[in-house]
Amino acid sequence: MLSGWFILLLSTAYLAVLFAVARFGDARADAGKSIISANVYALSLAVYCTSWTFYGSVGRASSGGLSFLTIYIGPTLMLMMTGIILKMIRISKVHRITSIADFIASRYGKSQLLAGLVTVIAVVGVIPYIALQLKAIAASLDVLLLEGEADFLPWWLDSTFLIAALLAVFTILFGTRHLDATERHEGMVAAVAFESVIKLLAFLAVGLFVTYGMFGGLADVFQRAAASPELERLLHLDASRAGTWTAMILLSGLAIIFLPRQFQIIVVENVDESHLKRAVWLFPLYLLLINIFVLPLALGGLLHFHGQAFNADTFVLTLPLARGAEALALLVFIGGLSAATGMVIVETIALSTMVCNDLVMPWLLRSSGLGASKDVSRLLISIRRAAIAVILLLGYIYFRAAGEAYALVGIGLISFAAVAQFAPAMFGGMYWKQGTRAGAVAGLSGGFVVWIYTLLLPSFAKSGWIGNGFVEDGLFGVSALKAQALLGLSGLDEISHCLWWSLLTNLGLYILVSLNSRPDAVEAGQAERFVDVFRHSAQETDHRTWRGRASIDELVSLLERFLGVARARQQLMLYARGRGAVSWQKLPADADFVHFAEAQLTGAIGSASARVMVSSVAQEEEIGLEEVLDILDEATQVRAYSRELEAKSNELEQATAELRAVNERLRELDKMKDDFISTVTHELRTPLTSIRALSEMLHEDPKLELTDRRRFLGIIVGETERLTRLINQILDMAKLESGRAEWTSTEVDLGDVVRESMAALGQLFRDKNVALTAALPDRCPPVLADRDRLTQVMINLLSNAVKFVPGGSGKVHVSIHANAQRLQVEVADNGPGLTGEECSVIFEKFRQGGNTMTDKPQGTGLGLPISRQIVEYFGGNLWVESVPGEGANFIFTVPLTAPEEPQGDKKHGS
Amino acid sequence: MKQSSPARQRLTSLALLGLPLLTYPILSLPVGMWAGMPADYIYLFGVWAGLIVLAARVAEKKA
Amino acid sequence: MAHKILIVDDEPNIVISLEFLMKKEGFEVAVANDGEEALAKVASFFPDLMLLDVMMPKKSGFEVCEALRADPANANLQIVMLTAKGRDTEVAKGLAIGADAYMTKPFSTKELVAKIKSMLGVA
Repeated sequence: MLSGWFILLLSTAYLAVLFAVARFGDARADAGKSIISANVYALSLAVYCTSWTFYGSVGRASSGGLSFLTIYIGPTLMLMMTGIILKMIRISKVHRITSIADFIASRYGKSQLLAGLVTVIAVVGVIPYIALQLKAIAASLDVLLLEGEADFLPWWLDSTFLIAALLAVFTILFGTRHLDATERHEGMVAAVAFESVIKLLAFLAVGLFVTYGMFGGLADVFQRAAASPELERLLHLDASRAGTWTAMILLSGLAIIFLPRQFQIIVVENVDESHLKRAVWLFPLYLLLINIFVLPLALGGLLHFHGQAFNADTFVLTLPLARGAEALALLVFIGGLSAATGMVIVETIALSTMVCNDLVMPWLLRSSGLGASKDVSRLLISIRRAAIAVILLLGYIYFRAAGEAYALVGIGLISFAAVAQFAPAMFGGMYWKQGTRAGAVAGLSGGFVVWIYTLLLPSFAKSGWIGNGFVEDGLFGVSALKAQALLGLSGLDEISHCLWWSLLTNLGLYILVSLNSRPDAVEAGQAERFVDVFRHSAQETDHRTWRGRASIDELVSLLERFLGVARARQQLMLYARGRGAVSWQKLPADADFVHFAEAQLTGAIGSASARVMVSSVAQEEEIGLEEVLDILDEATQVRAYSRELEAKSNELEQATAELRAVNERLRELDKMKDDFISTVTHELRTPLTSIRALSEMLHEDPKLELTDRRRFLGIIVGETERLTRLINQILDMAKLESGRAEWTSTEVDLGDVVRESMAALGQLFRDKNVALTAALPDRCPPVLADRDRLTQVMINLLSNAVKFVPGGSGKVHVSIHANAQRLQVEVADNGPGLTGEECSVIFEKFRQGGNTMTDKPQGTGLGLPISRQIVEYFGGNLWVESVPGEGANFIFTVPLTAPEEPQGDKKHGS
Repeated sequence: MKQSSPARQRLTSLALLGLPLLTYPILSLPVGMWAGMPADYIYLFGVWAGLIVLAARVAEKKA
Repeated sequence: MAHKILIVDDEPNIVISLEFLMKKEGFEVAVANDGEEALAKVASFFPDLMLLDVMMPKKSGFEVCEALRADPANANLQIVMLTAKGRDTEVAKGLAIGADAYMTKPFSTKELVAKIKSMLGVA
């Protein structure tokens, strides 16, 4: 069998690995390269699965069937309420909250009383849970050593006590390694995530081994169980326990966020709110996986050990051992150890923070036990270390006192019911501004008392530690006071019974007292900031609700005492830099500085103690409740107003952009007009230049030779005609533009139009030695149009073509095609062609082909726009197809007349 | 995640959908054995897995 | 020896009138129809004065003027810009890049002749 020393060695080695993981995580965090990813965050949440899950679920399934699942369904549903969790995270970040006690205390006016109360509830409530972990490790050791040297330890050393002591040392090393107490424990989170993987793997391994190694698979286990009358009932839910089922879901749903360790992991250790997106499904998936084999394992154990003595809580160990699979049993033991150590480490760190900040600090502050010591930060760490040891000692004592009486699951639920007491104060605090400190104190105390009476004390009574009269017969023999059947409420299991009465008392008192009490200014301010955390940003309003006098030196020495000199100086420097100052000595002791100091202290000693410390050195003026609310309300209004302004300025910006675009367009149009006038001017002045020069010479020199006179007069006449043409075109364009052009529509044979135009320009082509060819049908179907206008288009296209083709080698070809709907005329040349951009530009008014700066414009830039207007007037199109360097092909279409005549239609269609 | 983001609202509605599906009286509907396994076992894990898949799709969807 | 004048314009009728006018005044005349030809003629004809149109194919009058002024060999060449676009900016641009005088089309033949004569120092 396995040797005790070997197991001890293995456990120590495993813990050393854990420690290495933690050190690695811390080192990376110090270097600013956090290893806390969304996946690590989600896995670290699985600290929820303690040895209670690891061993206890199988135990519970052995007696209660599927009812163990409620403990995991509740967290699944609660986690999906992302809004609630996100709000908790945001509030905690804004207010530098480091524990659930601090959360509640801070919300209700930074109350020391409440902080202490919550801490007491948490410690008392969770100690049974820690005892449970000790019990689980002890039990698993017992199983492994059953046939070996169970007494390998000296008689005076109890193995469970040894475990508790080891865990205490280990936790101290883990959680309080840093002197500064305000930092997150990234190394711890990494180690917890690592442990989560180990325990899941171990559990799945034993699940597969039993289900598929010892039995023939899931269906086989279930069928064999179904055959046994005792086991058959475990396969199906017991509908008569519907109330318990729902109560357990509620209870576990509350536990997942209110257990101190869960609050620590989910809220305090959260480095990035977006990690929640991964956790919301990955953590439930983890829960699902670790639960799949629980029922098969329970059934397998019950089937295998039928008729023998057994402890269902240790089936995961005894089943592999029964088959001699010692290595697997060791893996399972390590898995269970993981589950237990993870829980103990995080839980005791969370509790020790609370004990230190909310129980010990207030006491030290009041009794001035701090004296004049210069640096309290070391003291703080020592207090935390002591708290860890004391909490584990208390766990051990509970284990001794009451542990034997309960199965693992029972103990865990006691703790769940205790932390469920935080629900009214927490939820009320986050969503109900009217909730007051008095209400929270009343509710918490009432619920806690009921919990003690109906659950904790009976657990002691069960172990015989105290008399069980109050359970059996009621306190003082009054049967209405029976601890687990208050006012005669029976038929419920003890957990549901406690949950029902304690939450009823808690919620009732919280609401009733809240409605009948008045918050003070601090409390009302905090209520506003908590409930509307998404609207109030951190610094904006906080320093406005503080007014008074303070001294920089006193505040700084306060920080140095509690944070340590080095860390305090570092924070001060960062803060000064944030405010744009060279050094913190130069800063004024204003409200903002006081707020900074209080926030820093809150991280170290909790909000309540921090407030007490700060007010000890800063003389605060009393600000009335109304004024605080006014300031906060005003801040809200200012924000709403600024949002409105922002919307307005967005609108303005948009309008400006639109205006700018319109302006741009106008400017472009203006430039086009300017260019046009400049072009027209040029075109007018050029012929005028010749006319004037030649006329002057004729006028002044009567003795000019006749041939010169003739030549000059000829030129003058030609230039005059050119002027006339230009003026006519401008007027024509203006007419077309304004729609005042006169049209005479008749039936026109387009072929004739083309032939006439070609004849008219024939001389021009011959002069330049350009070949003009045509492919025209003898008769074209008639179109309804203005003959002269079409001729104008044709002449324009032909004269353009002859202008651009090279003399000598130039070729222009005209063709007409007809289809059912329209005639299409093409004028193709072999000139330089046009680029894609030019193809569209040349039809714009005042634009011409070629660079107007270096190429002399070949016309007015109006020919093509005029032609297009004409063709479009008759319902056709004018466009150009061209490849640069290979000539251009100008095409226009004219629709055929009378397509409505059925005869004509048929003819064209065939 | 921003305040009242659609993803948060969808996740919350998933929780509100899951609660009745995983509690009584609906939970009393699956009875007997399905494919050689207890109907309750299949139903509970099935609904649970379904919720997880939906939550993953909602949460991991790029905004 | 008669002064040499180079006429640069792409409008044939303007060239005809200017050529006739200058010859009648007793100058030796050469003609170029675009910017590139103008630069070639300057290199072979060595004119004393140049009548330079602005809007021409291949090289604008501005470009021709800039090219000539970049070469110190042409320092003594006088340039009179002729333009049909009468905008002030163009006059300013022409003078800025080194033209000696500027005439807007249509111009008075008397004025043009007087200006040329004064520029060449002919009585």
